[in-house]
Amino acid sequence: MTQNKTGKLIVFIIAAIGLLALPILLQATGSNSWARIVDIALLYVLLALGLNIVVGYAGLLDLGYIAFFAVGAYMYGLLASPHLAENFAAIQAMFPNGLHVNIWLVMIAAAFVAGIVGMILGAPTLKLRGDYLAIITLGFGEIIRIFLLNLDRPVNITNGPKGISQIDPLTVFGFNMGQRHTLSIGDWSYTFQPVTLYYYLFLFFVILAVILSYRLQDSRIGRAWMAIREDEIAAKAMGLNTRNLKLLAFGMGATFGGMSGVLFASFQRFVSPESFSLMESVMVVAMVVLGGIGHIPGVILGALVLAGLPEVLRHVAHPLVELTGGRLGPEILRQLLIALAMVVVMLIRPKGLWPAPEHGKSLAK
Amino acid sequence: MSETILKVANVSKRFGGLQALSDVGITIERGQVYGLIGPNGAGKTTFFNVLTGLYTPDSGSFELAGKPYTPTAVHEVAKAGIARTFQNIRLFPEMTALENVMVGRHVRTRSGLIGAVLRTGSFKQEEAEIKARAMELLEYVGIAKFADYKSRTLSYGDQRRLEIARALATDPKLIALDEPAAGMNATEKVQLRELIDQIRKDNRTILLIEHDVKLVMGLCDRVTVLDYGKQLSSGTPAEVQKDPKVIEAYLGTGGH
Repeated sequence: MTQNKTGKLIVFIIAAIGLLALPILLQATGSNSWARIVDIALLYVLLALGLNIVVGYAGLLDLGYIAFFAVGAYMYGLLASPHLAENFAAIQAMFPNGLHVNIWLVMIAAAFVAGIVGMILGAPTLKLRGDYLAIITLGFGEIIRIFLLNLDRPVNITNGPKGISQIDPLTVFGFNMGQRHTLSIGDWSYTFQPVTLYYYLFLFFVILAVILSYRLQDSRIGRAWMAIREDEIAAKAMGLNTRNLKLLAFGMGATFGGMSGVLFASFQRFVSPESFSLMESVMVVAMVVLGGIGHIPGVILGALVLAGLPEVLRHVAHPLVELTGGRLGPEILRQLLIALAMVVVMLIRPKGLWPAPEHGKSLAK
Repeated sequence: MSETILKVANVSKRFGGLQALSDVGITIERGQVYGLIGPNGAGKTTFFNVLTGLYTPDSGSFELAGKPYTPTAVHEVAKAGIARTFQNIRLFPEMTALENVMVGRHVRTRSGLIGAVLRTGSFKQEEAEIKARAMELLEYVGIAKFADYKSRTLSYGDQRRLEIARALATDPKLIALDEPAAGMNATEKVQLRELIDQIRKDNRTILLIEHDVKLVMGLCDRVTVLDYGKQLSSGTPAEVQKDPKVIEAYLGTGGH
């Protein structure tokens, strides 16, 4: 028992050191591209963990999940960029220095608004199951994107396909994460790139999301969600109010999506409807399913693999492009290889890369 | 002095041209095992579904433990105090046996999202209580050793026991068992009988809907026979068995 605990502690310490040292190693490559890839992968982990609550715990297949990511991203984009002030005289008059709402306020607001939007979108779908639910949520996801695309007329709210630019970078207690920071101790000094700083911030949120997910999983509400997933009729007969519980799952999952949207907007400093296409929703669902539906380590692995694979393939694909004399473009090849990888994984490991263990946790703990 | 747990009177239900139930009424006392039997299509399941809120009756009055009870939403039924099992066992297959029973505690506990996220003291205490009670119930039905097994891996008889444990977890006033012996072999039936006997000894009340006449006659304190939606006969098993109307319904008049 104690030996097991010591072993766990050692693994934990190694993982912590590895995670903390990773961006410094990436920064040492001299370019920011790898660190950026890892940052984006962490955002995907956050999204996948949120969707896991809806799909993995409550068993509601949501194909429009990226809409909540869009809600969060646009909320920060609108509240922390010159866009609204430029287009509306009243806002210009109220905020002569431009609209720069504190990110933490936006974060809380986005979590709240995304949660409400999640419940509103969830409400009409409550009686639907499986494939029908998937089709409706797919439609809702597209509706949000099309709204963002077209709300530049008659009044310019979202700036349409051009998107919103000049979004404020993230500031943590007066510490601007969009700039380089040099840490010097005596003669020794080290410069942190913004991508590295964002890495630590995203990592913090991922850890928070993991803790939240575990706590929800082992709770009365989490068990109720899983009961609904397993057998809705039996769950009702056990006195579970399935309507409210499903809405709660939709709302909770959307909250995660909204918060990662805010982080995304502050990281990219630009949002446009293009980032929230159906393909993105499908990717997040694929991450959850490929990794191991309902199993947190699996979901994280799935997100990292599917977010990282395209970038790795970009490098690997290069010789193949030359081999075919450029007839197979790198983009086509990349998509081909990802699809192939997914098919292979699903054939070899139908329950995902890292599925939940066959028997439940030991009672001894 | 016995206490009336369930009093149902004048329940009728019509599906289009079919009168599925007409003026059915039963009264169940605490500590009784009450049997509801009848040939196929007699209205047993319809009655059960009316009682558990799945169908709305055309008429009828219900009283549960002295209080008026209106079966409306299905999820309110367990809260009111009627727990059921299903003819074709419906467990939560990918959850462990223990988790299945813990879900049964849902209606009698109250911690929500915030407690779960912050792991407050009251949350932890309630969680420990849920777990302890669930474990106790698994021991009660005799499958504690499978607590950590996913429920789908349990044998048929053990799954039935788990379903009963899950129903007991809701602290029901009345436990309604829908054909619990269906598909069981002789040994499993004997074990089921022992379990139902034990539950009755603990002064709990059971409504048993069953096809197996032998099981019902051997086990129940009172029996109601339904046929074509009508109440054919009610009384102790011995009385009902002698009733010529019952004999006719089951064996035919021999007039052909």
